This record gives sequence, structure tokens and C-alpha cells, in this order.
Amino acid sequence: MGWRLTLRPYVLIVPALLLTCGILYPFGLGLYYTLFDFSASKPQPDMVGFENYRAVFTQKAFWNSAWVTVLYAVGAALTESVLGVAVALLLHRATLIGRILEKILILPLMIAPVIAAIIWKLMLQPSVGVVNYLLRPFGLGGVQWTDTPTGALLSSIAVDVWVYTPFVAILALAGLRSLPTSPFEAAAVDGAGWWYTFRRLTLPMLWPYVLVAVIFRFMDSLKVFDIIYALTEGGPGDSTVVLQIRAYLEAIRFQRYSFGISYTIVLWAVVYLAAMVLVKHLGKIQRKAAEVTT
Amino acid sequence: MRKRLVGWLCDAALVLYFVFALFPIAWMVILSLKPTDQLFSTYFSFSPTLDGYRTVLGDSEGIPFVRFFVNSLVVSVGAVVLSLVVGLPAAYASARWRFKGSENLMFTLLSFRFAPELTVIIPLFVLYQKLGLFDTYVGMVWVLQLVTLPLIVWIMRSYFADLTPELEQAALLDGYTRKQAFFKVALPLVKPGIAAVSLLAFIFAWNNFVFPLILTSNEAQTVTVGALSFLGGDRPKYNLTAAAALVSVVPPLLLALTIQRYLVRGLSFGAVKS
Repeated sequence: MGWRLTLRPYVLIVPALLLTCGILYPFGLGLYYTLFDFSASKPQPDMVGFENYRAVFTQKAFWNSAWVTVLYAVGAALTESVLGVAVALLLHRATLIGRILEKILILPLMIAPVIAAIIWKLMLQPSVGVVNYLLRPFGLGGVQWTDTPTGALLSSIAVDVWVYTPFVAILALAGLRSLPTSPFEAAAVDGAGWWYTFRRLTLPMLWPYVLVAVIFRFMDSLKVFDIIYALTEGGPGDSTVVLQIRAYLEAIRFQRYSFGISYTIVLWAVVYLAAMVLVKHLGKIQRKAAEVTT
Repeated sequence: MRKRLVGWLCDAALVLYFVFALFPIAWMVILSLKPTDQLFSTYFSFSPTLDGYRTVLGDSEGIPFVRFFVNSLVVSVGAVVLSLVVGLPAAYASARWRFKGSENLMFTLLSFRFAPELTVIIPLFVLYQKLGLFDTYVGMVWVLQLVTLPLIVWIMRSYFADLTPELEQAALLDGYTRKQAFFKVALPLVKPGIAAVSLLAFIFAWNNFVFPLILTSNEAQTVTVGALSFLGGDRPKYNLTAAAALVSVVPPLLLALTIQRYLVRGLSFGAVKS
């Protein structure tokens, strides 16, 4: 009896684990490849040790990509959290309009990001897109949305915001609905104003929920690919070449396989570090929120 | 009076956000109904036509869009079914028994969300070429696990953990085997959860772009990649692109609207309940 009881969970998990190994294996293989100068022009690669990583870090294009990636991720995650929390607060008031609109909140999230990028690409065309058409009465009819470096970055962040703000809003709304009501009643009895209640009660208690959303969004935007690929393909110049796009260009377009994988390994390490720091921070904030609640 | 004004302003702000959220979808509908020769002329007045859809669904322009659509269905359903078969037992085991390394195993599963797709895709690309899995259904189903399995295991784990173990213990006392207790007691009780998480996983698999972009070329290509092909060519065909984009979002949107209530629960479950 005893050994069967302890063995059973492992037996049940083994199939899932085997499939997971199906992913771990190529991951390990990728790591291994980065030690060679494996490319289409060199089918019999030599072992080069950490040469690929040295090349990545000394390449100017890498630091440019890293900078663009950080700008994109911070810009997108920040905008989405502020906008998402605002939308959640407005929906939490549960007016008739809010109750109707809440049902369709999820729609942009269900559209593939690449399709969303295609949609926005059509809308942002400088001469024939609908956005400039609508801006024309305000004297802004000729904005080159995706054809200037700043415009391209801002446009791609806008697409990210369009797709993922509902994600933050849903988590924040779920959080708002699960907050205890008694502190708010007490504050109302004491005659606390809206701003005071929001800053001293709502925000600190809601923060852990929002932070989960922000962490997910920040780490996902660090490895953005599809939105940029469909909207700007990294251009103009290399103004929107985020790290995954750079890795794609190196590995698939230029067929320098091991060099491209080195890029993604570096990105992976960065995302992991960011995750570790943020999750640690999350624990601290959750404890703080628990103090406010009690 | 002041309170009512604030209320109106709040409603107005909300409506403004939803215009931003819904306008692109509405605009796609308009664009997809425009005839080719009126694409760039007048904006809101035109004679609507279904020609765009006819072209896209009629496999014209040398792009077999219907086949891409069917491909998407096959590989997404395949990935979800396979993930359920291996994921449900794993989720159940990790919710019922605290065993050595269980937390680490679960975190490993979740951590694949954080890996950049291209890290595994490039080795897979080389491997698939060798094994003959490139541009095949099997190859796509295999790699879409990366998207669907962690999702199913993590959300179903919460559902199983919500069931009190006494129900199955009672079944065991009634002479059920462990297996019967799982299939006849636990599983039926989490059915709504299974439905919600399967649909969610389906949507995620359907919307994936990077895997089919690099691991398929023609035979197993999916709609997310296929929709981009209408943008190519010397004169971009906006109405066709819009029609293709809209056709490709129909399954996820329909599913999302049907299971809207459970979806929100599914999306916020694992993350909020820590």
C-alpha cells in the first residue's frame, strides 16, 4: 500500500513531464548550438566556446535592440497598467453602461496579436489610413505613423496597449470585487473623500493583483515578436528591432543559427532575472497589502 | 448635482475607452466590404460587396486560405486534446498529493511561459528538417503543447484543489477504486472548468503566430500566418487583408462570447489565487 501511494502522483505526472522534455530537449540543443559557429554557410561547424556570446555583447546592434526592447516593454506595461486599472475602476461602479460594456471588454484580447497588428497597419497608413482621415479636420492629416523611428515605436506600443489593456483590466476588476467591504464602510462613516479612500485603501489593497498583471505584461513585452513583425518588421532602420526580431533576422533571415540562438539565450536570462526580482518584490507587497486589509 | 456630473464624466470616459477598443474591429468590417475600386476614395460611403470574402474563401490570389483555416482547426484541437489527456492527471496529482519536488515541477511547467519562443524554435527547425516533421500536423501539435499544456495544468490544478477530498474518500469507502473515484466523482465535478480551460487553450493555440511562421511553409500553415500573405504583392489589397483577418478571428471571438463568464474566471484564476 505504502509505496503505491507515494508513487502514484509521479506516475500521473510522467506523461506531462515527457511532453515537457520534448521542449527541454530542443532548449538544451539550442544552448549546445551556441557553442559552435553553426550557420547555413558552415554546415560542418567548429566548436568556438563562448565566442558567440562575446560577439553578441560587442555588437552595437545588440545594445540598440536591448534599448528598444526595454523602451517597448516599459512603455507598454506602464500604459496598460494605468489604463487597465482606470477601466477596472470605472467598470466597478457598475452603472448600466458599465455592465453592458463589461461583456465585450475581452474582445481585443481574443484577437491574435499579429492580426491586431495587421488591422492597425491598415488603419495607420499615412495617405489612405482611416486614422489620418479622421485627424484631417484637426490639421493632422499627414502623420507618418510607422515610417518615423519614434512613430514606429509608439505605434507598436499602441497596438500592444490595444490588445492587452483588457488583460490588466480583468485582473484588476477581479481584485476589486474580492476586496473586503468593511474598511470602505468604515472610511465612508468617517467621511473620507474619494481621493483619500482611493490612495489609502483601494490602491494598496489592489496593488498585489495589479502587480501580477504588470509582471506578466512586462515579461511578455520583453519578448514581443508578432506585433512588431507584422507592423514594422523592425523598421524604419532598426528603430523597432526588439531582441526577438533581431534573433529572427540573424537566425532565419541571415541563417546564422548559433548566433541568433545566442541572442535568445541572453534575452531568456534577462527575462528570468526580471521575473525573479519582480516575484520577490511581489511577496513583499502582498504582505504589506495584508497589513492594510487587517 | 456635482455627483451626477462626475457620474456622467465617468461614463463618458468608459465609452471613450470602448470606442478605442471596438473601432478597429468595426473598421475591419467596413474595409472588408469595400469593393476594390473604392478602397482609397471615399471613406464612409461606398457600395458594400461580399467580393472580398468570396476572393479570400475562394482560394483565389494563389493563397489557399480555406486550407489554412482547416489547418488551424486541426492543430489547435489536436494540441488541446493531447494536453488534456496528459495534463488532467498531472493537475489532479499535484492538487491531491504534496510530494517531493511537486512545487518545482509545477513551476518548471509554468516557467515555459517566460522563455522566448525563438530559443526553442530554431533548434526545433533544424530538428524538424531532419525528422521530417517540418510543415506537418504532428510537428505543429507537438510544439503547440508549449502553449496549451502549462495553461491547462495550472488552471485545472486550482479547480481540483477546490474540490474537497472527502468526496473521493466517500467514493473509496463505497468500494470504488482510485481510478473510478477520479473518473466518476472528481472529473464530472470539474467539467465546467475543463470546458472553460479547453476553450481558452484553443484560443491561445489558434492565435499563436511564431511557431507556424517558422515551422511550417505551406502544407500545415495556419490562418494567423496566412492572413499576412494578402498584404504582400505590388498593390496591397486592403479589403482582402481585412476579410482574411476577420475570418481568422471568428472562431476565437465566437468562443469568447459564448464562454465569456467562465473565461474571465479562467484568466484571473491562477494569477489572483496565489
